[in-house]
Amino acid sequence: MSEERLGHGGAAGGQFATFFVGNLFFGVDVLRVQEVLRAQQMTRVPLAPAVIEGLINLRGQIVTAIDMRRRLGLPPRAPGETPMNMVVRTEDGAVSLLVDEIGDVLDVEAAAYERPPQNLDPEVRELIRGVYKLKDRLLLVLDTDRTVELAARRE
Amino acid sequence: MQDPEVVQEFLVESYENLARLDQELVELEKRPRDAELLAGIFRTFHTIKGTCGFLGFSTLEAIAHQAEELLGQLREGRLALSAELTSLILETVDATRRILAAIERTGEEGAERFEALLERLRHAASGAGAAPPPPAQAPPSADEAEEAFARSSVADATIRVGVGLLDKLMDLVGELVLARNQILQYTNEREDAALNATSQRLNLITTELQEGVMKTRMQPIGTVWNKLPRVVRDMAVALGKQISLEMDGAETELDRTIIEAIKDPLVHLVRNACDHGIEPPEARLKAGKPAQGRLSLRAYHEGGQVNIEIADDGAGIDPARIRRAAVERGLLRPDQADKLSDREALNLIFAPGFSTASAVTNVSGRGVGMDVVKSHVERIGGVVDIASRAGEGTTVKLKIPLTLAIIPGLVIHSGGERFVIPQVSLLELIRLEADAAHGQIENVHGTPVYRRRGTLLPIAYLNEVLALESKAAGEAVYIVVLQAEDRQFGLVVDGIHDTQEIVVKPLGKQLKGLNVYAGATIMGDGHIALILDVLGIGQRSGVVSEAREQARGASEKKVQAGEERQRLLLFRAGSFERLAVPLSLVARLEEFPRGSIEKAGGRFVVQYRDQILPLVPLAEALESGLGSELPDPVPVIVFRDGDRSVGLVVEQILDIAEEEIAIRRQTERRGLLGSAVVGKRVTDFVDLNYLLALPEAGWFDGGGARRPQRILLAEPSSFVRALLRAELEMAGYRVVEAARCEEALGWLERLPVQLVVAAQELPPGGVGGLAAAMSKHPEWRAVPVVALTSTADADGGGIDGVVAWHSKFDRAAMLASIGRLAAAVSANESAPAGAPAGR
Repeated sequence: MSEERLGHGGAAGGQFATFFVGNLFFGVDVLRVQEVLRAQQMTRVPLAPAVIEGLINLRGQIVTAIDMRRRLGLPPRAPGETPMNMVVRTEDGAVSLLVDEIGDVLDVEAAAYERPPQNLDPEVRELIRGVYKLKDRLLLVLDTDRTVELAARRE
Repeated sequence: MQDPEVVQEFLVESYENLARLDQELVELEKRPRDAELLAGIFRTFHTIKGTCGFLGFSTLEAIAHQAEELLGQLREGRLALSAELTSLILETVDATRRILAAIERTGEEGAERFEALLERLRHAASGAGAAPPPPAQAPPSADEAEEAFARSSVADATIRVGVGLLDKLMDLVGELVLARNQILQYTNEREDAALNATSQRLNLITTELQEGVMKTRMQPIGTVWNKLPRVVRDMAVALGKQISLEMDGAETELDRTIIEAIKDPLVHLVRNACDHGIEPPEARLKAGKPAQGRLSLRAYHEGGQVNIEIADDGAGIDPARIRRAAVERGLLRPDQADKLSDREALNLIFAPGFSTASAVTNVSGRGVGMDVVKSHVERIGGVVDIASRAGEGTTVKLKIPLTLAIIPGLVIHSGGERFVIPQVSLLELIRLEADAAHGQIENVHGTPVYRRRGTLLPIAYLNEVLALESKAAGEAVYIVVLQAEDRQFGLVVDGIHDTQEIVVKPLGKQLKGLNVYAGATIMGDGHIALILDVLGIGQRSGVVSEAREQARGASEKKVQAGEERQRLLLFRAGSFERLAVPLSLVARLEEFPRGSIEKAGGRFVVQYRDQILPLVPLAEALESGLGSELPDPVPVIVFRDGDRSVGLVVEQILDIAEEEIAIRRQTERRGLLGSAVVGKRVTDFVDLNYLLALPEAGWFDGGGARRPQRILLAEPSSFVRALLRAELEMAGYRVVEAARCEEALGWLERLPVQLVVAAQELPPGGVGGLAAAMSKHPEWRAVPVVALTSTADADGGGIDGVVAWHSKFDRAAMLASIGRLAAAVSANESAPAGAPAGR
């Protein structure tokens, strides 16, 4: 399973839409990204797992928003900081990931790829497919399927 | 005879196929050996033949059959396609088209038999090769083909549209509705007549468009049901049964895709009901039922879902048989099977590889089991449930979600959030003024209830259920009265808005586990509101419980109050405002000065008539640790049996009432039996049996068995049973009840019983029948039977196994006799173990 995932947009390099959560720098295969939005009107879902921030209305489509800070076990955003929505396509329709800041779309080379380091925080590590060593920082490739899937299992 | 709708469908489909056939045949002339093309043409005729057979169009069936024969020869390479053969096939196509046109016009095939054509087809297929000379009449002219083309037919009145496109349209309409709502909001704030008029027009058109698009996807469930009368008829004939079919709610509309998905499960369930459910006429007559079995289908909207019920009045399913079968098939271990509730056992039939049919019939035993039904229904997010009563029939209930539907909903708010409640679950709205609310929502051992026209309505607070902020006290309270399955409850919300037509949208899979929501919708202002799942809310708050199938242990404690008049002593203790015990059990009411109550050995006692009376503080017994300050003097209710007494310390004696009581709600709380309305107020009934068993009561210290013995009380009258039960329980026995002999034997099988007390007239065979049945069983032979007579003189004559006779009305003698027998049994039982047995 994970081998297959690595093959998909992983070791081959390619284009990644990037974003920041805390001090972590993530990338998602650009083809998986549907759109990027500013903070949206959010409808809370009482009793939902904590990682689910709420629901947003994306032109008539109801999209679940997952707070990436909580998903990664990071401290909450400072008050007044509004998250950005990175809407990704999953098998189960669109899901919005709430991130701190949106970065550039980057072209990365397969040669810079490596498997996730063992010493990574396990909560982060389980969501990472691999790492690209860029010049000045590490780009963590987010496994969107697992990010979304585990949110379901967590309740 | 045929259903016009089915015929219509057949026509549309056949025209389409024929149009394709024209093309394919021309193509085939160019590539006569193309196996795929040939197979396609063959299939088309095959389909027409099959459908005609079903609809009874025999001429067309014959033609299609001959064409199929000929094509079969071609396909297998036994004949080579020639221009003559192609013409012949095309002629056949034209003939088919003519018949279809006749059917469309008149519903009949028309008089023309096409014998010449049939003969030529037969001839060609027989391998004679070339077709015989064309018949005398003119060959199909180009005119005719054109005429057929120009004629407007059903095929032109309908268009096949991909469901994907309809989905897209639906989404766009949803968007349009939102934009419309925003424009309406905007224009309402402006004083512009022209803009207002335009936006009103936009409003109307949008609504109509929305309805129209909605309709394109909805179909009445009747389109599937229409096929069922035939299925049932054929089944009945094949099985030699008489079955009538009733259908209710055929107009209930469902999304097209859902209709498609439930078609097969539905047919399967109906076949199953005919095959395994309804008995043959002889068996039905023997069971006292009419020879004709009844199968009923019902469809209705409920709680944003469509329920479909398939009910038969057949033999029902015996849970015990299911348990046995599950063990035999290795699905469960015997101990697991025993633990299942009847309902769980019934649901085993949905397990893969399960079939209880002792004989596999050729009708439904085809390896397509109920598990397939279940998986089909679950694939579209539905639920299957089954209920059955042995001898009375079986009901299978499918709950199908309306993933794409517009339903009316009530918009409410609670804890600052907006929610929608599906209108179908809504019974009524109650508004209580702030000051009235406090008194009108009463507390029954921690569960709030509202008295609504004499019945208790359990109350749930939405903000508590969903863990939302509660609103400030001192405002009016709104109760939304809801129906969840067969239960009702009141949901307290902060405010009620209007009802709206809402579009149900499913929640993402991350939220599927939350059973409190049925989906979400987008409101006029573009914000999202969650749709409440009424049943889920009820279950989560505990007001709708699985009380109906409580464990067997609980049924032993079941309240047998029935609908009887009883005199009750009403009193108050701790946080329980109104408690009751039957007055017949009370020996005296006393008041003791607080100072006279002493503590001895960790228990409260008081000196009373030269004896020491143990006291049980009721408030503390019911809610341990919550003992409140006792008043002075202390009111005490004294219970006595023989030389044993115990006092129940309460806070205030309220009243004596004579009421018809039916315990409305049972409780799990220890020390209470349940609650009922007495004197128009909610009253909790104290479980004396439990209180007397407390160590501080000292009830069982002196004599009798330490472990209470179990007496089986077999008595047909529920009233007498309740009376005797109370007496026996007061005397320290545990009692299980039976109204009939079989029931009594059932208890004996399940539980060890030390003594049987049975009425002389116990149906069906009297006490003698029971005693005889018991004497056949090695373990029950030793259990003494005490017989009760209704006559004053307690002598019924000798019956084997019956050790004593007593009048039901001479209770002192009866209890004394039971006491002696029980002591003897107990001595026998416990002597080897060395337990203290006697006094």
